[in-house]
Amino acid sequence: MDFDLTDEQRLLAESVNRFVSDRYGDFEKRKAYRAEAKGYAAANWSAMAEMGLLALPLTEEEGGFGGGPVETMLVMEAIGRGLVVEPYLATVVLGLGLLRGAGGPPELQAQVAAGEATLAFAHQERQARYDLHDLATTARRDGDAYLLDGAKGVVLNGDTADRIIVSARLSGGRRDRTGIGLFLLDAATQGVTRRGYATQDGLRAAEIVLEGARATLLAEDALPLVERVADEAIAALCAEAVGAMETLRDLTVDYLKTRQQFGRAIGEFQALQHRAADMLVATEQARSMAMYAAMMVQEPDAAARSTALSAAKALVGKLADQLGKEAIQLHGGIAMTEEYKAGHYFKRLSMLNVLFGDVDHHLRRVVAAGGLPD
Amino acid sequence: MELRYTAEEIAFRDELRQFFRTQIPAEIRRKVSEGRALARIDYVTSQKILHAAGLATPNWPVEWGGKDWSPVQRYIFVEELQANAVPQPLGFNVTMVGPVIATFGSEDQKRRFLPGTASLDIWWAQGFSEPGAGSDLASLKTTARREGEHFVINGQKTWTTLGQYADWIFCLVRTDASAKKQQGISFILIDMKTPGITVRPIVTIDGGHEVNEVFFDEVKVPAENLVGELNKGWDYAKFLLSNERIGIARIGMTKERLARVKRLAQETPSGEGTVWDDPDFRRRLAWSEIELKALEITQMRVVAAQRTRAADKPDPSSSILKIKGSEIQQQATQLLMDVAGPYAAPRPDREEDGLNLPSVGPEWADAAAPLFFNFRKVSIYGGSNEIQRNIIAKAFLGL
Repeated sequence: MDFDLTDEQRLLAESVNRFVSDRYGDFEKRKAYRAEAKGYAAANWSAMAEMGLLALPLTEEEGGFGGGPVETMLVMEAIGRGLVVEPYLATVVLGLGLLRGAGGPPELQAQVAAGEATLAFAHQERQARYDLHDLATTARRDGDAYLLDGAKGVVLNGDTADRIIVSARLSGGRRDRTGIGLFLLDAATQGVTRRGYATQDGLRAAEIVLEGARATLLAEDALPLVERVADEAIAALCAEAVGAMETLRDLTVDYLKTRQQFGRAIGEFQALQHRAADMLVATEQARSMAMYAAMMVQEPDAAARSTALSAAKALVGKLADQLGKEAIQLHGGIAMTEEYKAGHYFKRLSMLNVLFGDVDHHLRRVVAAGGLPD
Repeated sequence: MELRYTAEEIAFRDELRQFFRTQIPAEIRRKVSEGRALARIDYVTSQKILHAAGLATPNWPVEWGGKDWSPVQRYIFVEELQANAVPQPLGFNVTMVGPVIATFGSEDQKRRFLPGTASLDIWWAQGFSEPGAGSDLASLKTTARREGEHFVINGQKTWTTLGQYADWIFCLVRTDASAKKQQGISFILIDMKTPGITVRPIVTIDGGHEVNEVFFDEVKVPAENLVGELNKGWDYAKFLLSNERIGIARIGMTKERLARVKRLAQETPSGEGTVWDDPDFRRRLAWSEIELKALEITQMRVVAAQRTRAADKPDPSSSILKIKGSEIQQQATQLLMDVAGPYAAPRPDREEDGLNLPSVGPEWADAAAPLFFNFRKVSIYGGSNEIQRNIIAKAFLGL
């Protein structure tokens, strides 16, 4: 039992935190990044590549960091603190995670690590909601490639990704757990229609329609891989939530200290002090659960891993929701304005909740498993 | 960062587990598991077994029977005690007065009291709370007046847990009425057999007799029973209260209780199935388990940080452990009562009623509602959860 970071991890945390405070410390800059062509700052993405953040999961021989869940946690926590808009989750956590899990082309991995290509994971379908195995998109063989047909929804950064990893059925019915393949698709391929849009939290996503779109096979019977990488994404989102929660809590506490009403700082009122104290309790519990997620995501028993990650997502989701709402309430009217930071953290926390399964979904999974693994 | 124990830590845990399961009488462990009141002899029997094995006072200085354990080992010890339903060595002795005497007491006091305190040949009670001094402990009014070689004590203590069994009581008393609140207080040891002491039971809402009022009427205490310096008692009390960081959340106990809730829910019929088949019940149970897991990690973080944390740095962790730990303990007792369902209602026979009839429902169900009632206390004692929020707001958030 050990909660210490290694020296390398400490250095990573320091450099990514410095990056986030440099680039996102002035909240106005975030607006400018979002206004760029891809909805994020090309310069930030290059800087992340230079720092090695995009090569995080690659081994040192591959020119990477050899990073695991703890390293991802450190990066994602910083991303949460700054409400970073660059497509780290989509490209590195999901995209590289799947590519590596499926033994995808090393040249592409190297391109991604260098910041020369971005990735997206087109998996979710409207009817499936959060069920990872519910899949109607089909793949049929055509020579040494496959043709994909179907519709994918809310694909994170799917509007600008250069390559898209698509899940599609090689066989079986919509809700079968077997017969799901993973495919690699060039976003510019004929038969791919993308409708890109902003999300409520200022990020980007797309609806993607596939009509005979030509793709190469990455992996057959890929559901276990999809589930594992989805759990890695959940661990990453938990860490991002913790970063956002802590920042929002600090912002709220600072406001309580400065906002004067009735001739004193409102933080002198005990009714508000206790609610601020509960925000601290919530962030510490969420942090513990994000650590649990980071440690359990490597659990070899897939069922135990999944239940643990569901537990983490459920609790972090619940605490993030509570804390976000409290932050708005304790601020009062100022937090209702688009101009002020707090509302943006609240919105991101709310949207984190509906990615990869909401609180009810994950609680149901814990219940179905009969409780947490030992 | 590694959540799992090392091989050495696992071996340490397994050895303790084996010892607890084979050496502590099953009947005592069953009572603890079911949340029933223990008799004095149960506490004494259990602590003497631990003491004989050198396990009663691991937190003490080594020269007085402590263990040179790492924070992780201490944590494992407390968790395993609780998870195996072993009565904890009496807290008043082992985590409270023992360390105070060992740290601030005179050599005479150490020699006189520490061996019996470890073996529970001396049973200590805590004399802190007063009718007018609960969460605001420093407003206590019990006085100690110096007369020659004695202090003469007058006043009243309350909520004296298991005071009916006590041989001695350690008290905070006011020795300087003119000093500011916290500054005129001293820490003194009083033999419960001294003339002028009256103990009256307080029956709590669960029907149990766990706490007492203790009255002091011109009680003469030898001056040598003062611990440390005159008027420094508040410092010793703070030291004593800060000692109990590990174990305050009683995570091992709640884990054991939730596992029991699960087992009993699967055995308890409800319509066509069992209580376990009710998704609403399962959801509440799952929340408790999940929150407990988060708290367990929080506690592990605290334990791990003990190696490196600066002692004077404000740390909100005790308050977090207290708030969440008490809430989850209460949830667990509520779930247990809910499993009992209608058979939570029959009031069990009591020995003092002179009855020994069989239980009305399942035997375990007798204790379910009283335990739920009794556990309302855990968010009140030891600094109520509202006080803990004050501490977090002031000491940590700077509000």
